Amino acid sequence: MALLLAGRDAETFFEDLKTVILDELHALVTSKRGDLLALGLSRLRAIAPAIRTVGLSATVAEPDELRAWLVPQAPDEPLALSEIVTVKGGARPDIRIFEADETIPWAGHSARYAYQGLLEEIDRRRMTLIFVNTRSQAEMIFSELWRLNDANLPIALHHGSLDVGQRRKVEAAMADGRLRAVVATSTLDLGIDWGDIDLVIHVGAPKGASRLAQRVGRANHRMDEPSTALLVPANRFEVLECQAALDANYIGAQDTPPIRDGALDVLAQHVLGRAVAGPFRADEFYAEVVSAYSYRHLDRERFDRVIDLVATGGYALRAYERYAKIKLTADGTWRLTHPRFAQAYRLNVGTIIESPMLKVRLGGKARGRGPVMGGRLLGEVEEYFCEQMKVGDTFLFAGEVLRFEGMRETEVIVSRARSSDPRIPVYAGGKFPLSTFLAAGVRQMLSDPSSWGKLPAPVRDWLALQQDHSLLPKPDELLVETFPHRGRFFLVLYPFEGRLAHQTLGMLLTRRLERFGLKPLGFIATDYVIGVWCAADVGSAFTLGEPTLSRLLEPDMLGDDLEAWMAESYLLKRMFKACAMIAGLVEKNAIGAQKTGRQVTVSTDLIYDVLREHQPDHILLEAAWADASSGLLDLRRLSDMLSRISGRIVHKRLDRISPLAVPIMLEIGGERVAGEADEDVLRQAADEIIREAMA
Amino acid sequence: MTALRAGQGDDDVLTTGGLVNLNGAAVRFDASGVLHWPEERLLVVADLHLEKGSSHGARGRFVPPYDTRATLRALTEAIGRLRPERVIALGDSFHDGGAEGRLAPADLENLAALVGSADWTWVAGNHDPLPPAGLGGTPVAEMAVGPLVFRHEPRAGRAVGEVAGHLHPAAKVGRTRSVRRRAFVSDGSRCLLPAFGAYTGGLNVMDAAFKGLFERSRLIAWMLSDGRVYPVRSAEFLPD
Repeated sequence: MALLLAGRDAETFFEDLKTVILDELHALVTSKRGDLLALGLSRLRAIAPAIRTVGLSATVAEPDELRAWLVPQAPDEPLALSEIVTVKGGARPDIRIFEADETIPWAGHSARYAYQGLLEEIDRRRMTLIFVNTRSQAEMIFSELWRLNDANLPIALHHGSLDVGQRRKVEAAMADGRLRAVVATSTLDLGIDWGDIDLVIHVGAPKGASRLAQRVGRANHRMDEPSTALLVPANRFEVLECQAALDANYIGAQDTPPIRDGALDVLAQHVLGRAVAGPFRADEFYAEVVSAYSYRHLDRERFDRVIDLVATGGYALRAYERYAKIKLTADGTWRLTHPRFAQAYRLNVGTIIESPMLKVRLGGKARGRGPVMGGRLLGEVEEYFCEQMKVGDTFLFAGEVLRFEGMRETEVIVSRARSSDPRIPVYAGGKFPLSTFLAAGVRQMLSDPSSWGKLPAPVRDWLALQQDHSLLPKPDELLVETFPHRGRFFLVLYPFEGRLAHQTLGMLLTRRLERFGLKPLGFIATDYVIGVWCAADVGSAFTLGEPTLSRLLEPDMLGDDLEAWMAESYLLKRMFKACAMIAGLVEKNAIGAQKTGRQVTVSTDLIYDVLREHQPDHILLEAAWADASSGLLDLRRLSDMLSRISGRIVHKRLDRISPLAVPIMLEIGGERVAGEADEDVLRQAADEIIREAMA
Repeated sequence: MTALRAGQGDDDVLTTGGLVNLNGAAVRFDASGVLHWPEERLLVVADLHLEKGSSHGARGRFVPPYDTRATLRALTEAIGRLRPERVIALGDSFHDGGAEGRLAPADLENLAALVGSADWTWVAGNHDPLPPAGLGGTPVAEMAVGPLVFRHEPRAGRAVGEVAGHLHPAAKVGRTRSVRRRAFVSDGSRCLLPAFGAYTGGLNVMDAAFKGLFERSRLIAWMLSDGRVYPVRSAEFLPD
C-alpha cells in the first residue's frame, strides 16, 4: 500500500475506494508495520474521505483501542470510535494440561518427559499440530519424536527458517491429509485454515492467553464443535503458567499488548513517500498525520524535526543543506529534489529489518582448502548463530544433525553428521515474554493453596514444601530470598514479570549491588525469576539494612542507573540500526550493490557512536530509545512492578536453597555480568602471549 | 622468537609501557590507534579519512557530519598525551579531493593548529594523492627514518622495516563467541596500522589482501578495545 500511495497517480488510483478491510487487526497494530499502515490509512482518508474501514479480530483485549485506531481522530476532542459488531463465540474449547506418569522437570525447555505420551496422542488422532515457541525447540522435538516413532507415523516439520519449497511441500501434504502430525513454530500461527486438524498440542508455556486462543483456534474452525488442545509444560513454573492460561481461556480473557505511540522512524519513511507522490504542504500533512490514532500525541515540533531529518538528516551542523532530498519551495510546498530519491524510497520501503540471515547449503566435508560446495539449499539461519561455530561443530537443522564446514560469502556450508548428538545446544529462549495478564494469574495461584487442586501432584508438593521451608508471597508482594551456596551468596527475586523486564532489572540490580559493595558476580533471568550471585553476604547486608531491600529496589533505579547502563550497552546500537534503516538514513537496498548485513552493522555502529557524542538529542536516537524501552527493556512493565511492590518486599533469609529457587539454580551456568564478556574473549586470546612473554 | 620485550607485569604487555621491536626500532602500539616511537619522539597515524561523512551526504545518505570532529578530537588527545616532535600522517588523511573544502571552519582551525604543533609530514594516499593546500606540513610520497620506511600502501611481498596503512586491518578472535576489533598487525619486520578515522571500517587480516605480506608464524594482531591493546597470535585469528 505504501508503494501505491507513493505513486504519482495515487490520487486517481484511490479516489473511488469505498472500503478497506483489515483482517487479524490485533496482530497488525502493535508493530512498526502497524504504524506504517496507520499512516497509510490517514493518507487514504485524505484522498477518499468517504472510505469505510473495517477491522476483524478474534482476540482483542481492549476493543476500544482498535475502534479508535480504525477511524480518524480530531485534536483536542474525545476519542472517536468505530461501531462494533460482536459475533457470538463458538463452542468452548476443550483444553487440558498434559499429564505424565513421570515427574515434571525442575528446569529446562525440552519437555522430553512427555514425548512418548505425545506419540500416543498423535496415534489416536487424525491430524495433530504441535506448536512450540522457537525454531530450535521445533528441531529438537521433531528429531526426538522420530527417534521414538517405531510406527513410522508421518510427522513433518515446519518453521520460518526452512526453505520455502520445503515449507510449501509440508503444507500441501497437510491439506491432502497425508500427514499425521506437524511440528511448527509461529510461521503457521496466522491465516490459513487447515481444516481437518483434530488436536493442537502446545509444548512449552503459551506465554500469552491471546496466543493460546489463536493457536487453539487453529484446530477445527467449525464454530459448533469444541476445539481440542493439549498444553505440555516443560518445567514446573510452566505448569503454573499453563494453568493460568487455561483459566484465562475459559473465562475468555484476552491480553494483547496496548497500542503504543507511533514510531518516528516510520513517520520519516512516510514523509519521504508523501514527497515521492507529489508536493505537499506541511500544515495539511501534519493535520493528516495526527488524525491517525497512533500519532495523535505527536506535537508539531517533533513533526518538523522529522521533516528536517528527511530533508537533510536533522543535524545541528547544517552540512547537507545543498544535498537536501526534499526542499521547501517558494510556493510553500515541500518537493522532492531529485527522482533518484524516489527510486531509493521504492527499494527501501517497509519496516521489517531482518537480522542478517545466511543460507544453509549441503556440501561436502572440508578437505584442506575449505568446504566442498554445490549441494541442496536447506534453509536459512541467523548470522549470529553461525558466528559462534567452528568447523566440525554439529547442530540440529531441518530435522537433521549437520556438521559445520565453513562459510562462503552469505552461505553456510554443512555436511550430514554421523553422530546423532548435536554439540551446539540451540535453544535460544522464547521470543515472547510472559504476558502481564498470565503473570498476575501465576502470582494469584501461588498465594492461594485452595487453587492448587488443579495442579499435578509433584507441583503441589513442591509449592507445599516452599511454604514449609520459606514462604509463598501474596499476589502484590515481592519475595526475595537470600542464601549461601558453594561459597557464594545468592539473591533470588520472584517478580513473574517476564524475561525482558527481568533482564533489565538484573542489569540494574547488579550495578546497584556493585555500588553498595556487595560484589555481584553475575545474574540470570527467566520469565519468572531473577537470580543474582555475589561474593559478599547479601543476606546479612539486607538484615543489617546496609542497604535495605527497599532502598535497593527503589524506582529511582530507572533514572541515572538506567541512563548509565544504556550508554554502555549494545542494545541501543541494535535499535538505532533498525531506526536508521527505516528512516532512510542508511539504505537497506542500494541500486547495484546490496550491502551485506555485516557492512551495515559496522557503519551504523560507528554512526551511532559519533552521533551520541556530538548530537545526543538527535531525533533518531530518541526513536531508538523509545524502541528499546518499549520493546527489549520492557521498561513500562518494570516501572509498574517497582511501584507495585514498593513497601511490599518480603525478605526471607535462608541457610540453603529453597524449593522455589531450585529451577533458577539449575539454569545458572555461563551467564556473566554484561559488558565484560567481550573483554574476556580478548583476554583469553591474549593469555597465550602473556605466558610466552613472561616465561 | 617473541616480538615483545616483556614489561613488569601483565598490564605492561597489555596496556601501556610495553615496547615492541619493529625491525630494530622500539615502538609502541598505542591504544588510541597511533604508532609511537619514543626514541625519535615520532607519532604515526594512518587513514584519517576526514570528511568521509560529508562525502556520503553528497549522495543523499545523511550520516552524521561529525566524523571529522570526532577523529580530530581523538588525534588531539593522542598528540597531547604523547607529545611528539614529529607527526607522520600515513596517507588517506582526506577522504576525497574535495574533502578539504568541506571542512567546517572550526574543524579546519583545529586541524591547522595540530599541524602547526609538530614537524608534520603528509604521506600521499590513494584518496588524497595531492597535498593539502594552506594547512602547512610537508608532502612526501614516502619517507625513511632509521630502520623504518613510512608509506601509505604496503608493497607486495616482504618489505623489511615498512610501516604502512591503507588496508584498515582488523582481527576477529574468540572460541565460544567472537569479537572483531581494529588492530595493528606486525611480524616484527613490518607493520600495518589500523585506520584512525571515526567512520573507517576494518578489513579482516585473514582477507586475501594481506596474503604474502607477513611471516605467518611471527604475526601478531594488536587488537584495540575499550582503551586497551590485546596482542593475539595468528593461530587465534578467525575469518569473517
